[in-house]
Amino acid sequence: MDFAIGEDRQMLADTMKRFLSKEFDWEKRLKVIETAPGFDREMWSNVAELGVLGALFSEDAGGFGGSAFDVGVVFEEVGRAIATGPYLGTLMAGRLLAAAGESEALEGVIAGEKVLTFAHEPAFDAESGDTRDVTASRSGDGWTLDGAKGVVEYVGAADLVVVTANTDDGERAFLVETSSDGVEVVDYKLVDGGSGGELRLSGAAAKELSGVTGETIEAAKAAGVVALAWEGVAVMDQLRDQTLEYMRTRKQFGVPIGKFQALQHRMATLALEIEQARSAAINAAANFDKPERDRFGAAAKYTVARVGNLAAEEAIQIHGGIGMTWELPLSHYAKRMVMLGHILGDEDEHLGRYIELMRAA
Amino acid sequence: MNLEYTTEEEAFRDEVRAFLKDKLPKRLSDKVRTGKRLTKADMEEWHAILNEKGWLAPHWPEKYGGTDWSVMQKFIFETEAAQAHAPRIVPFGLSMLAPVLIKYGTEEQCQHYLPRILDGTDWWCQGYSEPGAGSDLASLKTSAVREGDHYIVNGQKTWTTLGQHADWIFCLVRTDASGKKQEGISFLLIDMDSPGIEVRPIKLLDGDEEVNEVFFTDVKVPVENLVGEENKGWTYAKYLLTYERTNIAGIGASMAALEQLKEVARTTKRGGKPLIEDPLFAQRLAKLEIDLENMKTTNLRVLDAAGKGGAPVAESSMLKIRGTEIRQEIGSLMRRAAGRYAQPFVAESMDEGYNGAPVGPEWTGPVSSQYFNNRKLSIFGGSNEVQREIISKAILEL
Repeated sequence: MDFAIGEDRQMLADTMKRFLSKEFDWEKRLKVIETAPGFDREMWSNVAELGVLGALFSEDAGGFGGSAFDVGVVFEEVGRAIATGPYLGTLMAGRLLAAAGESEALEGVIAGEKVLTFAHEPAFDAESGDTRDVTASRSGDGWTLDGAKGVVEYVGAADLVVVTANTDDGERAFLVETSSDGVEVVDYKLVDGGSGGELRLSGAAAKELSGVTGETIEAAKAAGVVALAWEGVAVMDQLRDQTLEYMRTRKQFGVPIGKFQALQHRMATLALEIEQARSAAINAAANFDKPERDRFGAAAKYTVARVGNLAAEEAIQIHGGIGMTWELPLSHYAKRMVMLGHILGDEDEHLGRYIELMRAA
Repeated sequence: MNLEYTTEEEAFRDEVRAFLKDKLPKRLSDKVRTGKRLTKADMEEWHAILNEKGWLAPHWPEKYGGTDWSVMQKFIFETEAAQAHAPRIVPFGLSMLAPVLIKYGTEEQCQHYLPRILDGTDWWCQGYSEPGAGSDLASLKTSAVREGDHYIVNGQKTWTTLGQHADWIFCLVRTDASGKKQEGISFLLIDMDSPGIEVRPIKLLDGDEEVNEVFFTDVKVPVENLVGEENKGWTYAKYLLTYERTNIAGIGASMAALEQLKEVARTTKRGGKPLIEDPLFAQRLAKLEIDLENMKTTNLRVLDAAGKGGAPVAESSMLKIRGTEIRQEIGSLMRRAAGRYAQPFVAESMDEGYNGAPVGPEWTGPVSSQYFNNRKLSIFGGSNEVQREIISKAILEL
């Protein structure tokens, strides 16, 4: 047994950490999140140049990593800095491009020249009050897409989108250029500082990702679940550390508030829960290529969301009023933490999924 | 035992309902119901409607324009108003300053300030917390030094809610630093237009600017603006904290919010089924409803005791803790119900007259902002940790 992350991965993590702490310091982050599209395109190219995006993909696909632990290490750094940018979309959509052998498109993405994102959830449709999804139909030699996808991360800045769509043969994935006719994007800010958007397609030309089936799409989302679990644990670590630091320095009733046993015990519980969450994230990565991938994925997503909410709420509560201010980084970590639970299914959804898998086993 | 309202109380409830139906402008109740931001004018409008009816100050004696309602009547009014989505009545002048003036102020102060609170001439804000004095309020440092007919005030207050609208601020200031920290505090009324006062907004995590910092630099305050005796301010401040906390649990607001949550759970589909059929979500919802129903009776029991002359000090701490936890849980479930549409943050959509297309179901617009904003409930008004201290000492005698 070996819980060390490995030298190469450690080097990548260190490089990324150095880069983000220098190029994405607090002032910079506040500036970036105030302006559309919530991330800095030039910085994104620099991130790509460091090899961060390459680490998400295997050598066959033009990357130099691609294992679940490679993914975990990258997203741990994303979480530590609460970096904004289409990391998650790049990961999931990129893995579908890789599976389809679209190496040319993926090459531009890994190099940071093209921004890629992933549109996989149906959009809310105000007219019907229900959701509306995308369907694909054959048109001559190619395909066209109609319908809508909702809350697509950074779609306002994307050059390329991988869109999942219903076909007569079930769910398939397609590559769409956002500059094409029939592609409309309504973008908006997100609570965590980044951006998202509604993607509306009417007769938009699309390229089928050959060989990609519903199962391939599930595998890409499973990689997303591992990524979010590792990112979430890193955000929790920050919430805990910033709160402990505050407890050591903030004085009330003549002593640092960390001297109050009632608060000490709450932080002890939180620290324990965070270690449980870290183990859940490790389990998810370790089982990624194994038959129980989805069970461990659901366990991780459930645990990280549950503990994440606890961490966010306790961190704000123990800080008091100051923990609710925009000025303090802590409140932004809390927002990212809670919002992670709203991507790829929440705590209840994954607990429900776990129950189903447990019953089926 | 009988948990029904008396015939008189029922008649009163019907009267309140009829009034709300008749006089509460739909424009205002719609804004409250959909979580839109209330402007100063909105709050003043509702204030004036209640004043016209003579129902603005239920907890004041009749001679100053109050209603002399029983505690149960106050509870009924507060609960009905909240369920009808009436705007919250801004409490600083009406519920916080006025009781102190009535009990400890001079007749001149009452005659001068109370009518101006009722007719809306003066908007008050509260100057209690300081950067170094939060839960430990008595350690406050803002100083007032007597010089002839004036006090000279220097220091800083913070978390001053709606201070940007205020004409006046009531402040706890230090007039003596020599003895125990509770003993050198005075209660001072300060005109916000005085030279040397600066108000700076604090931006909160949901982007809102409802709280402020207030800075005092050599601010001259006439000595007649002192309430009660010098150095007795802590007694008055404590009186304020124990006085008439009939609405501290926010039962009415929670009942209204729970109704909305249940409607959302019935109409929102997750995985093809209404959310209320998801056993995990339904369980959260059921636990919440049970807790609220229990809280309602706990609240009524406390009120009943208060009506019979008991002073519910530590009991109101229980109401505050669980009442705020329930409100936070309702907000949390609304956020969960929104699924991925909890993520969009369209700040302009919180304002009246926003015409942009909603990006998700309309009710999802404010849910995350409200969830994060609701964190304040367990922090302000004496944090829930401070309330637990009170329970440990006053009820459990530990």
